[in-house]
Amino acid sequence: MNVAAINISLGGIGPLLILSATALVVLAIDCFWPSERRSHLAYVTVAGCLVALGATWRLWGAQEAVFGRMIIVDNYSTFFTGIFIVGTTITTLLSIGYTSRMGIDRAEYYALLLFATVGMIMMAQGLNLITIFLGLETLSISLYILAGIQRQRAASIEASLKYFLLGAFSSAFFLYGVALTYGATGSLDLEHITRAVGETTFASKPLLLIGVGLMLIGFGFKVATVPFHVWTPDVYEGAPTSVTAFMSVGAKAAGFGAFVRVFSISLQPLSPDWTHLLWLLAVATMVVGNVMAIAQTNIKRLLAYSSIAHAGYVVVAMVAASALGTSSVLFYLLVYTFMNLGAFGVVLVLGRQDEEVLAIDDFAGLGRRAPALAAAMALFMFALAGIPPTAGFVGKFYIFSAAVQGGFVGLAVIGVLASLVSVYYYFRVVVVMYFMEPAGEIPLAPRSAPATVALVIAAAATLALGLFPSPFITAASRSLVAVLF
Amino acid sequence: MDTAFPLFLMLLFAGGLAGAMLAMGEFIGPKRLTSIKLEPFECGSTPIGPGRQRFNVKFYLVAMLFIIFDVEVVFLYPWAVIFRDLGVFGLVEMACFIFILAAALVYVWKRGALEWE
Amino acid sequence: MTVGLAHYLFVSAVLFSLGVVGVMVRRNAIIIFMSIELMLNAVNLTFVAFGRFHHTLDGQLFVFFVMVVAAAEAVVGLAIIISVFRLRESVDVDRMNLFKW
Repeated sequence: MNVAAINISLGGIGPLLILSATALVVLAIDCFWPSERRSHLAYVTVAGCLVALGATWRLWGAQEAVFGRMIIVDNYSTFFTGIFIVGTTITTLLSIGYTSRMGIDRAEYYALLLFATVGMIMMAQGLNLITIFLGLETLSISLYILAGIQRQRAASIEASLKYFLLGAFSSAFFLYGVALTYGATGSLDLEHITRAVGETTFASKPLLLIGVGLMLIGFGFKVATVPFHVWTPDVYEGAPTSVTAFMSVGAKAAGFGAFVRVFSISLQPLSPDWTHLLWLLAVATMVVGNVMAIAQTNIKRLLAYSSIAHAGYVVVAMVAASALGTSSVLFYLLVYTFMNLGAFGVVLVLGRQDEEVLAIDDFAGLGRRAPALAAAMALFMFALAGIPPTAGFVGKFYIFSAAVQGGFVGLAVIGVLASLVSVYYYFRVVVVMYFMEPAGEIPLAPRSAPATVALVIAAAATLALGLFPSPFITAASRSLVAVLF
Repeated sequence: MDTAFPLFLMLLFAGGLAGAMLAMGEFIGPKRLTSIKLEPFECGSTPIGPGRQRFNVKFYLVAMLFIIFDVEVVFLYPWAVIFRDLGVFGLVEMACFIFILAAALVYVWKRGALEWE
Repeated sequence: MTVGLAHYLFVSAVLFSLGVVGVMVRRNAIIIFMSIELMLNAVNLTFVAFGRFHHTLDGQLFVFFVMVVAAAEAVVGLAIIISVFRLRESVDVDRMNLFKW
């Protein structure tokens, strides 16, 4: 056994180590110096995230497989790590105030957010299916608890049970897929799998195809694509809104981080076999997500179906199976993090004590009552609908042009039509806010400075990424230079 | 035969030891039987009553804590197999692992999950 | 007759399918969860069989991780099920009706 071959690089997993240590510190502070108010724990969390973001920044440009090829540090994983940590930071800032109102202001809440982020980073940095599986489970188990953290509320705990049972079920399928892929190729290392699949004499193709199909179920569940989406609206509605916001961006981005690495990069030689499947998945997801969203009256359910539809757009980029397609996935997920967190953030700061404003009709009159908040919500809705000059437009443009360049014109047309449908329900929210007479007083939560900061960051980023996208598009395409081994 | 012989000795020794202990208890130990001692042993709960009665939820908490700490030990086995080859590196790695487990135990303890009442 | 790779794969596929059927037809949350554990153990059998077939240790190594993750999942799952039971004195998933299933 050669220890040197393990290639230890503590710097390479710096963000992982910092976030894990922060989580342990948060738990320790609360155990040894308990206090009534716990917002200081949120600030510790944010500080840890910022340090981890600095460590991530320093990893940009690195390119090596470390820890016995379990972990890969490349621009692709670093880009994703950045998205995850930014998402966690904004979520934590939004949570201050909301958590104490809802009675979930516990050390475990912040620690689990951090552990979930650790899981996401492991998924993006995994070069071995073992690492990806461990990351997936670290993320999922943390989210099961977070969804049900409001133990006294039946909806929260029911959402948690549903998420847990369906999540564990889908993990089992994913795992069986991994086992069959291992059987067919003789390795769990993604690069070795690529080599085995590329060989012309490859004999166990049927076995491999079954394995790949089963892995597709697992990933499809995590990123909520139709037909594996049934849990999404219920879990998003039942979980506390801050957790929903976190889940909708973080878990989805992490799911795609591993999905794209396994399918578009490692199983690239097999793409003629899975392209048609993903094509169907993309169309079904975009159509069902957007059409179901029209009928919703609850803002959280509306955003849940909208997040399903957005998963569909990202799968469109995966179908293109080109460098352009993959870099548009990265850019879109970055944009989506800001605009979706922003939309949920506005929902978070409405409501009084432990009651929330969730019916869309209750947003009536918000334009006059809280002009800044309504303007922010309108911006996020425009961005999600893909209206220029917001970031959502650039992201969608990029995805659909990747599809057209890849020769999938029909798919791009369906995508554009589906997003036209989405304009209807996003605009309805704006119309209700500005042009409908309120039935009663809209309860506004006491202003929370950190939440305001978070909303300003999200709004500024949504605009900035739309007006000056080129540095980020360059970064996204540079993320792929070395990945395509 | 060569490889199985130590196993056979081991079996003989283990069986002999267990038998000797039982026999010693049987012959030397004092016996004052009371009605409580004659009851079937049920891990602390009353053995009489309907079989489908509910268990106290505290049992589940202990069981859950037991499972999680018990199963984590499985990682010590592969480490133990190549312990010599890994040397100091392996020792430090395992120390980190045990430290995190210990931190979890401290957390559980401070939260009062180990208190029965 | 020698017992080869195919036999192990067949047994694990059967076990996995039994788990899937269990999840589909049973309504008690704990039994559903037990069926999921059965699926995980079927996967473990597949891993060990393939590990032996390929003469690599990866398969057996993965089994360790699956076992630990399954234990963690069991703990979290039981905790969630207990919370549900405390709220509504039942673990029947058909009675979870706050949302449209």
